[in-house]
Amino acid sequence: MPSRCDAAGRDGIRRTPPAGPAARPARHRTSLHPGAWWLWALALGTAATRTTNPLLLALLITVSAYVVATRRPHAPWARSYGAFLKLALVVLLVRLAFAVVLGSPVPGTHVLLALPEVPLPSWAQGIRLGGEVTAEALTFAFYDALRLAALLVCVGAANALANPSRLLKSLPGALYELGVAVVVALTFAPHLIADVRRLRAARRLRGRPDRGVRGLLQVGLPVLEGALERSVALAAAMDARGYGRTAEVPPAVRRTTAALTLGGLLGVCAGTYGLLTAEGGAYGLPVLLAGLAAALAGLWLGGRRTLRTRYRPDRWDARAWLVSASGAAVAALLALAASRDPAALHPGVVPLVAPELPLWPAAAVLIGLLPAFVTPAPVAPHPRKEPT
Amino acid sequence: MIRFENVSVTYDGSAEPAVRGVDFEVPEGELVLLVGPSGVGKSTVLGAVSGLVPHFTGGTLHGRVTVAGRDTRTHKPRELADVVGTVGQDPLSHFVTDTVEDELAYGMESLGLSPAVMRRRVEETLDLLGLAGLRDRALSTLSGGQQQRVAIGSVLTPHPRVLVLDEPTSALDPAAAEEVLAVLQRLVHDLGTTVLMAEHRLERVVQYADRVVLLPGPGERPLLGTPAEVMALSPVFPPVVDLGRLAGWSPLPLTVRDARRRSAPLRDRLTDRQPPAPQPAPPAPSPTTRRLFPRGKSATASCVHVAEVRSLAVRRDRVQALRHVDLTVTPGETIALMGRNGAGKSTLLGALVGLVEPSSGTVRTGDAVPHRTRPRDLVRRVGLVPQEPRDLLCADTVAAECAAADRDAGAAPGTCRALLSELLPSVSDGTHPRDLSEGQRLTLALAVVLTARPPLLLLDEPTRGLDYAAKARLVTILRALAAEGHAIVMATHDVELAAELAHRVVLIAEGEVIADGPAAEVVVASPSFAPQVAKILAPQRWLTVPQVREALR
Repeated sequence: MPSRCDAAGRDGIRRTPPAGPAARPARHRTSLHPGAWWLWALALGTAATRTTNPLLLALLITVSAYVVATRRPHAPWARSYGAFLKLALVVLLVRLAFAVVLGSPVPGTHVLLALPEVPLPSWAQGIRLGGEVTAEALTFAFYDALRLAALLVCVGAANALANPSRLLKSLPGALYELGVAVVVALTFAPHLIADVRRLRAARRLRGRPDRGVRGLLQVGLPVLEGALERSVALAAAMDARGYGRTAEVPPAVRRTTAALTLGGLLGVCAGTYGLLTAEGGAYGLPVLLAGLAAALAGLWLGGRRTLRTRYRPDRWDARAWLVSASGAAVAALLALAASRDPAALHPGVVPLVAPELPLWPAAAVLIGLLPAFVTPAPVAPHPRKEPT
Repeated sequence: MIRFENVSVTYDGSAEPAVRGVDFEVPEGELVLLVGPSGVGKSTVLGAVSGLVPHFTGGTLHGRVTVAGRDTRTHKPRELADVVGTVGQDPLSHFVTDTVEDELAYGMESLGLSPAVMRRRVEETLDLLGLAGLRDRALSTLSGGQQQRVAIGSVLTPHPRVLVLDEPTSALDPAAAEEVLAVLQRLVHDLGTTVLMAEHRLERVVQYADRVVLLPGPGERPLLGTPAEVMALSPVFPPVVDLGRLAGWSPLPLTVRDARRRSAPLRDRLTDRQPPAPQPAPPAPSPTTRRLFPRGKSATASCVHVAEVRSLAVRRDRVQALRHVDLTVTPGETIALMGRNGAGKSTLLGALVGLVEPSSGTVRTGDAVPHRTRPRDLVRRVGLVPQEPRDLLCADTVAAECAAADRDAGAAPGTCRALLSELLPSVSDGTHPRDLSEGQRLTLALAVVLTARPPLLLLDEPTRGLDYAAKARLVTILRALAAEGHAIVMATHDVELAAELAHRVVLIAEGEVIADGPAAEVVVASPSFAPQVAKILAPQRWLTVPQVREALR
């Protein structure tokens, strides 16, 4: 489209012609390995558990939110981030409400307000309802809840950034069936919601109230029926498309697989038991490791039964290393800071002091921003359902 | 390529075989069309090719079906997956993954093809079906035609030698249907794929078929022949064949082009006759009594119109579904809403019945604002038969359904049953609504909606999945309703239905009304929405075969 480019370049700026939709690089191909996003997010979550400093926690939340805001793809599953934010807020509020109503073991002198205390019988000793609410108790509860909220926000970030079905595609071959089951379940949930909406609309058409719990209950059965029918249709389609074709495996290999998997799992159980009991300290760890190795070998051998190949699997490339390393660095540095300077990462509440932002840990948290710069930007969304 | 040897299939629990004495062969590289009325076992025959019947559905298959030399008796569907590709009626229930590219690769992954081969074939298929721009899109965001093309592409990538399709175009608008059919023709011509396809909308597909297999009735032996031979005998036929039979053309024309080349004498005979005046015109609105102090425009307008839409706009999920829509519906009038899949037809119907809240503008049905009216009161003003009539039905038997409808509408007991007996005399009380045929179910839903006697009746895609006989019955019923003074608004892709029934056609594109006028003018002006008879007899303005038959009498 040279004419269009000329028109665009008339203002004196020479540009390279814009690439058409076909020339644009595919989204999930250039996108990051989903596992890298999960590692990064879980590492940030681990970092959040190392501190109760509200400034550091707020910084952590901001860092993860910035990465989500700039790198979240325009896909249905990426919208879950808002739900996680709301959940974190609810956790925060519930924790504060409990601190107000049930009181707190933290001794305090700054009384904010005094609620009427409900006298409880003697068997409920140790429980308090109402009473004085101190600033110390509220601050303590707030710090504590903020840590949990930061953890939730980090998990939400992983959910929004990593495509769940592509994560499942990275499972080993022997677990492939499990992966498909989960993917099918994931796509089923939106279908169910659509069914419920449609049937509630149909109730309205019949002149029945479409709101309220009763309305929802009465569409339950038809929705389940529809889900069942759809799963049967899907099973037929999958069967007709070659799902479940297996390779011929010599009986010896089959038996070895079964023996390895079963023996390995038994070994893992015995080893764990050994580790947890006092007498088994000597044999616990080696048995556990041997069991794990046997189970993994069984899994690998079991993979030979499936014929499947993978279409363009996600590669663990340099960017994936960078992203996961940036998360790990944040977690490691905060853990180090927590052991070196616990006072800065856990600001005191008795006596009440204003928290300070420790410089080095804060700089360490900023390393978590790296993914916003090394990963590719998401492709712009398609504005509406395209007509054919 | 496909060989049926004296096949009969009996499902568990039924005394009579679903199909009997099926004995034919489909040679390699042919496009064979399977036709017949509803319920004659077309889907059973198609399922037998992929092995889903009887391996998946249960039942007993006598005789032998072989595909590319493989006997379906000894090969399960998954072992035929590399030679047979099957696409059902609903592409959404066919998808296993969530994006276009992954869906195209899924079948090949199951067959264990090497990554290099998969990559190449996915790219080829994206180009062949014109899907390259959509490769990363989530499947749920595609339009109906795009989904159908992805479904076909997903079974093409393993390079099957046989493609089996069950009503691939029945849910699509005319343009999207042509797109899918063009792809099929390309497969047959360029790749030598053998295609076996069942379809009700013969006017769309019959010209592409090399041969036609006719299943004349349940349990009857199929007939095989060239399209012209079979169409001469078939109980189901498109309007072009109907016109050909009427004019006595032999061999029968199957395409508009063939018919047009023969139609000069017929056009001469029709020159001095006029098409009937745009059907029984809607009765003039009763003049409102003049008041000494007129109460303003809206009060008068609500007496004249059963529905009135003023500069309606609807926004849903950041998508502008409708904008600046104006529409008035007068009693006794039949309006066809037409336009592409996703143009906003269903949203407009939803707004009229209060399922969709307008973001600006007003909607009134009679004296009510639909989305603010209680459902109980609204059913007396407007009724909608949804795209899937089954959604509306909730009871176990027809009798219970009718009783529930009477309660819902506050009508005298027996009202719904009496209506149903009038519309559909043959149906018995104890039948489960699930066991009714598509057409019977639609009629039952129609009776349920009509129980409340709404002056405005809305229908969303009423002819989806109906054969010609059921469609003709529906046309008769709707005509009678319109004559009684019901206003009818239907959203449809079926140009033949619109030509036969509608007084007015409203075309919608991208949420805007782009044409609104008498049916004859609007449909004749548009090549994709013109019915076959109009195309054959242009520039004369005949729309349907019954019109021509009437004029020649």
